[in-house]
Amino acid sequence: MSTVAARLKHLLMPEAVSSQAAWRRFWRETALAYTFLLPALVIIITFKLAPVFFAFYISLHRWSLVPERFVGLGNYVYLLHSEEFRRSLLISVYYVVGAVPAEMVLGLLLAVLLFRSAWLQGLYRTGYFLPYVTSTLAAAVVWSWMYHPQIGVINWMLKTLGLPTQRWMQEETGVLRLLGEWLGIHVPVWAEGPSLAMFAIIVMTIWHYTGFHMVVFLAGLSTIPRELYDAARIDGASSWQLFRHITWPLLSPTTFFLFIVSTIGAFQAFNQIYQMAPPVGGPRGATTTATIYIFKQFYVGGYVGRGSAAAFILFGIILALTLLNFYILERRVHYE
Amino acid sequence: MSEAPASRPLTAPYLARPALARPALAALRWRRLGGQALVYLVLSAGLLVAIFPFVWMVLTSLKDRAEASAFPPTLFPSVWHPENYVEAWRTAPWPRYFFNTLLVSTVVALGNMTTSTLAAYAFARLRFFAKPVVFFLLLATLMIPDEVTVIPNYVLIQRLKWINTYQALIVPFLAGVFGIFLLRQFFRSLPQDLFEAAMLDGAGHLQIIWYVVLPLSRPALITVALLSFLSSYNSFLWPLLVASRAELRMVMVGLNSFTTEVSTRFDLLMAASAMVILPVVMLFFVAQRYFVEGVTRTGLRG
Repeated sequence: MSTVAARLKHLLMPEAVSSQAAWRRFWRETALAYTFLLPALVIIITFKLAPVFFAFYISLHRWSLVPERFVGLGNYVYLLHSEEFRRSLLISVYYVVGAVPAEMVLGLLLAVLLFRSAWLQGLYRTGYFLPYVTSTLAAAVVWSWMYHPQIGVINWMLKTLGLPTQRWMQEETGVLRLLGEWLGIHVPVWAEGPSLAMFAIIVMTIWHYTGFHMVVFLAGLSTIPRELYDAARIDGASSWQLFRHITWPLLSPTTFFLFIVSTIGAFQAFNQIYQMAPPVGGPRGATTTATIYIFKQFYVGGYVGRGSAAAFILFGIILALTLLNFYILERRVHYE
Repeated sequence: MSEAPASRPLTAPYLARPALARPALAALRWRRLGGQALVYLVLSAGLLVAIFPFVWMVLTSLKDRAEASAFPPTLFPSVWHPENYVEAWRTAPWPRYFFNTLLVSTVVALGNMTTSTLAAYAFARLRFFAKPVVFFLLLATLMIPDEVTVIPNYVLIQRLKWINTYQALIVPFLAGVFGIFLLRQFFRSLPQDLFEAAMLDGAGHLQIIWYVVLPLSRPALITVALLSFLSSYNSFLWPLLVASRAELRMVMVGLNSFTTEVSTRFDLLMAASAMVILPVVMLFFVAQRYFVEGVTRTGLRG
């Protein structure tokens, strides 16, 4: 009891408020602090925190333009039985698994290579970072053009290299199956992987975010003390050993942070997926990720309640994955 | 003086490393040179991939209509057509799109700077009731994905009859947790003495913010303003939902509708994309340092 009370008091009050005068000063400062906080709190509570509860309320209703009736968990039950929704979750997972690790590995590789090369470092860094500052939507317009199935530059490159040209954004067949066909191996439908259209979006996403990872990794690298490398090199460590035993462990907080942030971010991707596959959701729904599914339900179909329920399920999945990441990975992270 | 003997045994073995024979040294130097060449090869190949879409966009935008959609494509335009930009500019209400975007993004950036400064100051410098609770609450909102909030916010904006208004584009973004955290960190790093001196001179908190904190926090403030300007400029889903009427479109919504309006005119499409991307790229070149700073400090993934 007393420890709980003490803890609660610690959360609410700073330690040293002893005299009457100090009390008065404390409350005056509290009033001032909340005045300062007010504008930010009003906005954040209205448009970020309260909507979570409102969304849950909506998700329990049949709701198109206005609330029609309370349906309890009806929307959730519908979604869990919906083939289309389950497929959208799988496509989202393909997207995250396809994009995030590749971005991170490439970003780390570039960061490590760039960190030690002083020559033209600024030029390279600017160039790699450029995709990240451009909008995903405008970049998607350019990539759609490059992926054009008849006259796109990427197909032209493939043709020049003697490889088969592709239908890219119009191709709903899985990449692994296409690869199998090309190599003469039969790949069953359940193992076909993301559609080629989705794969094309994944490639664009990797292009867009690699520079972001590189910049954050560069910042992480600069915090590792140089003496560690000098000492290890004098002891005869190879470059790989330096990376494996110094860089990688000491960089793990950065890696962990990037992994969490990127996974959460990738589950929310919308702009490039919407823009690159013009009939919303792509050829026969091949690029309908969970986010696109929610958009389709809510904005195109007018099923506001169902859309909200789908958003909540996705939120639950993201939250569970994040907590799992913390649980599994955090103990492997070396904080100084 | 007395520390010297203690440190000598540590350094001595390294100093005593046997010198390499001359041929071995040369071989080592060659290997390192080869390694360096490989490093630059990889870096340059990566750079090529990173900037190729930009190059291809600009090259296509300068070709004439037929050449833009020729297959196999030409690399450089046989005749350069900079007037494509004029045509693209006239084909859709771009001045309106840009005006809307600049208005919204500027107000959002200024608003963010103001609300974040005040809130960050409270967190960094004031003692108040339930401070850790409020701070944790703000932290927790970072976990809320946009999918969850977009529908209720849309319903709210609808109820307020704000659909197709500027306030629908501006008000929800006037404050952000990232700005608050970034500034809080920065304010905490300012020397305590400054605040005490200002207090002794009888300055109030608002005066301290105005005369002491703000002048010293320029880099952090620029970072906050830039990042919120950029995320507003690049925003698409929210403006698409709440302000799709032509007079209120922001550039990304405009570009999206442009792709359906001129669908097969790739020269115009690329010219429009370049027009939309260019301001951001220029801003980035001017203020690269602040971008990098902001991104590394907050891990913002736009």
